[in-house]
Amino acid sequence: MTERLFEGADWDFHTLQRITDACEEVAKNDLGLDVYPNQIEVITAEQMLDAYSSVGMPLFYKHWSFGKQFAYHEASYRKGLMGLAYEIVINSSPCISYLMEENTATMQTLVIAHAAFGHNHFFKNNYLFKQWTDADGILDYLDFAKTYVMQCEERYGRTEVERTLDAAHALMSHGIDRYPGKKKLDLRAEEKRAGRRRQHEEEVFNDLWRTVPKGAAKSKSTLSLERRRKLLGLPQENLLYFLEKSAPRLAPWQRELLRIVRHIAQYFYPQSQTKVMNEGTATYVHYRIMTKLHQTGRITDGNFLEFLQSHTNVVFQPEFDDRRFSGFNPYALGFAMMQDIERIVTRPEDEDREWFPDIAGKNDVMGVLRDVWANYRDESFIAQFLSPKLMRQLRMFHLHDDPEERAGIRVDAIHDERGFRRVRRELARQHDVGYIDANIEVVDVDLSGDRRLILHHHVIKGAQLNETDAKRVLQHLADLWTYDVSLIEVDANDKVLREYVVSPRPVTAAA
Amino acid sequence: MAIHIIDRRLNPGGKSLENRQRFLRRAKSLVQGAVKKTSQERDIKDVLEGGEVTIPLDGMHEPRFRREGGTRDMVLPGNKKFVEGDYLQRSGQGSAKDSGPGEGDSEDAFRFVLSRDEFVDLFLDDLELPDLAKRKIAQTESEGIQRAGYTTSGSPSNISVSRTVRRAMARRIALKRPSKDEIEELEAAIAACTDEDERLLMLAQLEKLKAKSKRIPFIDPIDIRYRRFETVPKPVAQAVMFCLMDVSGSMSEHMKDLAKRFYMLLYVFLKRRYKHVEIVFIRHTDRAEEVDEQTFFYGPASGGTLVSSALQAMHEIVRERFSPADWNIYAAQASDGDNSYSDGELTGMLLTDKILPVCQFFAYLEVGESGGSAFDLSDSSLWTLYERLRNSGAPLSMRKVSERSEIFPVFHDLFQRRETAQEKAAP
Repeated sequence: MTERLFEGADWDFHTLQRITDACEEVAKNDLGLDVYPNQIEVITAEQMLDAYSSVGMPLFYKHWSFGKQFAYHEASYRKGLMGLAYEIVINSSPCISYLMEENTATMQTLVIAHAAFGHNHFFKNNYLFKQWTDADGILDYLDFAKTYVMQCEERYGRTEVERTLDAAHALMSHGIDRYPGKKKLDLRAEEKRAGRRRQHEEEVFNDLWRTVPKGAAKSKSTLSLERRRKLLGLPQENLLYFLEKSAPRLAPWQRELLRIVRHIAQYFYPQSQTKVMNEGTATYVHYRIMTKLHQTGRITDGNFLEFLQSHTNVVFQPEFDDRRFSGFNPYALGFAMMQDIERIVTRPEDEDREWFPDIAGKNDVMGVLRDVWANYRDESFIAQFLSPKLMRQLRMFHLHDDPEERAGIRVDAIHDERGFRRVRRELARQHDVGYIDANIEVVDVDLSGDRRLILHHHVIKGAQLNETDAKRVLQHLADLWTYDVSLIEVDANDKVLREYVVSPRPVTAAA
Repeated sequence: MAIHIIDRRLNPGGKSLENRQRFLRRAKSLVQGAVKKTSQERDIKDVLEGGEVTIPLDGMHEPRFRREGGTRDMVLPGNKKFVEGDYLQRSGQGSAKDSGPGEGDSEDAFRFVLSRDEFVDLFLDDLELPDLAKRKIAQTESEGIQRAGYTTSGSPSNISVSRTVRRAMARRIALKRPSKDEIEELEAAIAACTDEDERLLMLAQLEKLKAKSKRIPFIDPIDIRYRRFETVPKPVAQAVMFCLMDVSGSMSEHMKDLAKRFYMLLYVFLKRRYKHVEIVFIRHTDRAEEVDEQTFFYGPASGGTLVSSALQAMHEIVRERFSPADWNIYAAQASDGDNSYSDGELTGMLLTDKILPVCQFFAYLEVGESGGSAFDLSDSSLWTLYERLRNSGAPLSMRKVSERSEIFPVFHDLFQRRETAQEKAAP
């Protein structure tokens, strides 16, 4: 049992096999992880750069913007401004992990534990990934997308395809369904639902409600307006979906391209919502596995020290006034929270019992963690599990910056009894994509008139759109819609702050 | 659980090449502008090495809806002295850090590295060799490979699967090999059959069928066909470039340097168009000789100036070694413009009768002293002569240069892609 996995820094493919087997043993027996089958691929630095420029995927359709990415990464890599990641892991089944050939044997062990078991378990079990991604199908789908784009280029010309893809990419962040199970209007179901609603009304009938004053009755014209919106599925926040289904003059292949971009955006949607959890899980898992391997004598003290050095680099959290500070490090925050949960479950203090009655002192660390990994995303995870002790430890504080306020930026809450909940709520909100992305939706189309598409941006906390970028994106949108598009920025009180109107550019070649 | 470990390191590289080319194509005009700009600042030698260029991001921008401004809330780590209700002074104008790398308006320039080939391609892209239609095909040939039907023998990697399978199928049909379906059908019938006699009969038939299908193989060695390749001679276009230079005492180092730069550009340019480019250096004073490059640029020489001697030498070399039927001939002459007046007649004659008819292109570069405005002085004797020839219809290109920075524009001007190749711009 105490046979060493490797000696020194060198490794070969047998070593990798032994390492993977050893990690798997710990992952299965000690941590109870449930993972997709693993596929480990050893790649060179150049291939890593290639992977960077196609968002980490092994195959992707061709587009100039990926070439731009590549040129950018290559330039900064050559100049030594940027190091490369030790690994890239793909949410697919089998789960593909790319390992860099330059890594030492210790680093390969760390990376296998981190990616092939940590991330892998998270991908397979987290509800968001289960809901939104299809790990078995993604590689086939990308293959389809690549071939399809290529065929379109042959048939309709590269410029036309690029034009469509450019526009679709600009709207990519608004090509996502945020809520599952949105269904199209089904007339029969609608009828049934109306019946059920009537029944419900009868059951809960209370004559008192009659005495409550009502608003003005809806006129006939507003009713037909509502009907029309319903038929178009409005309001709709998935702009790409809306264009794919309702844009009047798109060719079928253009709709399919929009669909491809939309599907890929949707595939990455869970990753953007679970950065802290995903990295926290993987870091916690590799830490546990490496410690266990060291305890059982499968790696030497020297190897373990080498591991600890990389590990501490990864989970380093500079303070806000440090030159290296650039926001919370998801690895650091995630790992700290996972360890904190471990502490709460095994060695709770009175404070923890009060804050986390469900898990404090439960003693089943892995059971609790597996449940957390399966059922939360960053926002809910922080809102639920960030403990006062950790807030004190990281000395968190909340700043409120109101440009109207002359006196400066107000310290709204700090890590004290009064501030814990507010700090926690704000930090959770920082990790909520609903708050980070602009809330833009299609509200109406004037189908009987000039077919103008009307969008609303619901401004939160006075943050309006960047003007130049907004105009460019709207231009792309108008080109796809082929009629005028207007975007109205409204605040919480429906006050119009700003209105953009963009007309489509004339198409050079007939669509 | 099966764990696959795959070594991808040997996979062909350059997976991003296509995307990169798309990017360059899209950014072409911008990159070209940047390349031109750097080429004026740097030595030609360095310029052609490729390197880093910076382009404005304007056309390459990928817009997204971004929010900015408004009231902001943030949670930060590392509190040291703040308590609730404190106010922090805003640093400078607005907020300290408002956009991460890769976003925001700050990203208005984009920096990346071009390879040497990409650089030269872009550098010379809008240039065209005059009169390409006349391109000649050389005798020296290289071998190319071409498909040539099928053969019955060859290396396993050349097996034509479709052809082999087709032949096998034809043979099987012709020999009536029992199909798998047929046998299965019979087997099913036997299984379902209750009558013992009939069953035995069918069993015998099954045996026969099975034996037959064993006798007639699915694929026989005689079915196998290989793709055949044969080598074909491929003609290669080749060019020879004559560098003629006056090395008499009146040519200063600066002038030679200008000439050298021009020759270098011409060489790079020709190299891109022709697989095989030869250079012949002819230097002359009052007599001409063919020399190597080192002597050409740096060898000391003195004497009078007789341009006709160089033209005569070139004519002889062409006659001996470079038959105009096989070679594309380019010539560039550099001189400070001095020539003895008595030589003018002979020079003009040689040029119009002997040299120009065999040349694709003949350029005359008059180099001047740095800072000396060559254009104010009266035209030199050679310039006057060549101009007269050109006005009477000789296909000559001529330019004056006195500064290093003018070399590329002049070169560019000479080879600019034009509507009609014959048209020559006046200086």
